[in-house]
Amino acid sequence: MFTFTMRRLLLAIPTLLFIALVIFLLLELSPGDPMSDMPLTIPPEVRQQMRLALGLGEAWYIRFYKWLYLFSVVEPSHVLANMTGYDWLRVEGQRILSFQTRSPVADIIAQRLPQTLWVVGLSYLFGILVAVPIGIYSAYRQYSWFDQAGTFVSMVGFSLPTFFTGPLLILICSICVGWFPIISDTTLVVDSWANFLKQLRQMAMPVFVLTLYNAAQITRFMRASMLDNLTQDYVRTARAKGMTERIVVLVHVLRNSLIPVVTVIALGIPTIFTGAIITEQVFRVNGLGALLIGAIYGSDIPMVLTLSVVFAILIVLFNLIADILYAVLDPRIRYD
Amino acid sequence: MTAPHPTAQRPLVQVRDLKLHFPIYGGFFRRRIGEVKAVDGISFDIYEGETLGIVGESGCGKSTAGRAVLRLYEATEGSVTIDGVDISTLSQEALRKTRPMMQMVFQDPQASLNPRMTVAGIIGEPLDEHTRLSGAEKLARIYELMDAVGLNRDFANRYPHAFSGGQRQRIGIARALALNPRFIVCDEPIAALDVSIQAQVVNLLEELQEKFGLTYMFISHDLSMVRHIADRVAVMYLGKIVEVAPVSRLYDAPLHPYTEALLSAVPEPDPSLEGTKQRIVLKGDVPSPANPPKGCNFCTRCPKVMDLCRTVKPSTVEVAPGHSVACHLINQNGIAGRTGGHEAEHNQTHNQQGEVA
Repeated sequence: MFTFTMRRLLLAIPTLLFIALVIFLLLELSPGDPMSDMPLTIPPEVRQQMRLALGLGEAWYIRFYKWLYLFSVVEPSHVLANMTGYDWLRVEGQRILSFQTRSPVADIIAQRLPQTLWVVGLSYLFGILVAVPIGIYSAYRQYSWFDQAGTFVSMVGFSLPTFFTGPLLILICSICVGWFPIISDTTLVVDSWANFLKQLRQMAMPVFVLTLYNAAQITRFMRASMLDNLTQDYVRTARAKGMTERIVVLVHVLRNSLIPVVTVIALGIPTIFTGAIITEQVFRVNGLGALLIGAIYGSDIPMVLTLSVVFAILIVLFNLIADILYAVLDPRIRYD
Repeated sequence: MTAPHPTAQRPLVQVRDLKLHFPIYGGFFRRRIGEVKAVDGISFDIYEGETLGIVGESGCGKSTAGRAVLRLYEATEGSVTIDGVDISTLSQEALRKTRPMMQMVFQDPQASLNPRMTVAGIIGEPLDEHTRLSGAEKLARIYELMDAVGLNRDFANRYPHAFSGGQRQRIGIARALALNPRFIVCDEPIAALDVSIQAQVVNLLEELQEKFGLTYMFISHDLSMVRHIADRVAVMYLGKIVEVAPVSRLYDAPLHPYTEALLSAVPEPDPSLEGTKQRIVLKGDVPSPANPPKGCNFCTRCPKVMDLCRTVKPSTVEVAPGHSVACHLINQNGIAGRTGGHEAEHNQTHNQQGEVA
């Protein structure tokens, strides 16, 4: 297992280098200019000076190499220093700067991350907590009214896009009834019970929309996996042993059914970090999704590149974690 | 083949008119539109310490009957009495408590073991549920069972996937034995095994029977294996038992035309005899158990079919002690009906070659 993990981690390095290069070249080839939202009155030679100041004067491979160095050495050192509080860890010098704000990309990401983690992460957690029991009971009582209703709701959650359920919820809960604010107040600091309540209220709708979406998917997985296992011969064996129905379902069937579900959940975790781009837009949650969209609009190449590569790292990492979980949970699977 | 005289012993298992009909749902509202009569009114006794073989072709309801006897399926009708307890009317909880008495060895040794449990876990789980043994006592019992079925004790912490088919079946047998059952249903325990392993497992079952005084219901489609292990044999066709007899009697002098056809299909090991052997080849397929024929279930394929067979269901008649047959040929003339069968030949549309009388 250890050699397998090491091998996969080493193999991830060329993969990620390739991903970074492809994203860089795509951004390089794409139309759009970071200077385009500057006033047209700026004379061409000044404009050229500004381009050079952003580092756009050099050949693409030099810029890629420089970005790679900053991304893999300088930025991690700052992140580590901020997390541990040891200032000596910092590698001094140039940092990856956002074209739009001229501040280090890592700092902006660190500011936006909590918003995304709270809203999207919480909805993912709620989604799992809701989906697993519903999936178990739906499968156990297949074709019952509960199962039919659960299937209907999860089909609705599955097929209605969040850009539909979001505005619908805003229309009903904010405009008609007035329970929740339409726009998230990102500057809100939770320092009192009143503010905490306010935070809960503004998080309620985006969390609900994303919970519905996540729960719908996981419910279907859970139910299908339970159904697969409920008809297996070993379940009949467990009943023939005279085990209680509780043990048969919650120990024998559930443990085997969770193997694929847990890996699906692990594979979905990177989406928490990438943020729900659409939902964040709808509810004006100032998270990573909103950050990425804004950076793309503004041709903020360092920001888009850095964010995309961070997402790629997370996806590669959680794929590896899913594979390892599979081997931990299922004794039939052994790597090495 | 030392068949104990059945009447001298006490029946351990009494099955009376057991029916198991699986409903078929269809149409827009998923209404009940029919039923598959997998087991359609079977009655038999199994005496203490004997082995009753159940034979029949695929889909005749053998396995369903075995599961219904242990109430792993809820029977539609009928009663099953095991050791004086009518298990067909017990509550789920009371039924669970009686499970140690009756166990099952399953057909597929791979699928019937939980892949996420170790061998010790699989064998020991019923002990957790039904006994109050300490950890050390439990482990001792697990080792004892592993010894009994010929598994190496060192394998106790391995998972089922690490074993061969024959070893897995031994695990299944050890698990069934864990709670000292009196009655074991062996549902085609050798069908999924390699031929070279089949004999080992059957011999193990016989050994254990002798050692622990077990009573078996041995379901199989392997007629020669049943002949080897069973004391009495019941032949099933389309959810019904067509003939029950002590093993030597059934194999030497079958009365029902279906039994005759089944026995004629057993391969002959001697190639020089194999060439001269005449087979009764049944035409057509088994009718659907959702829509069985009106009269005798076998009338669509029987080489000795009469007009009576197509309209009236034959009743089961005991022609000799311990030998019952459900066939109009017998019912009409008693045991002499066998000659009646030959007289009826001119009624046949397809005259079958080689009826071995």
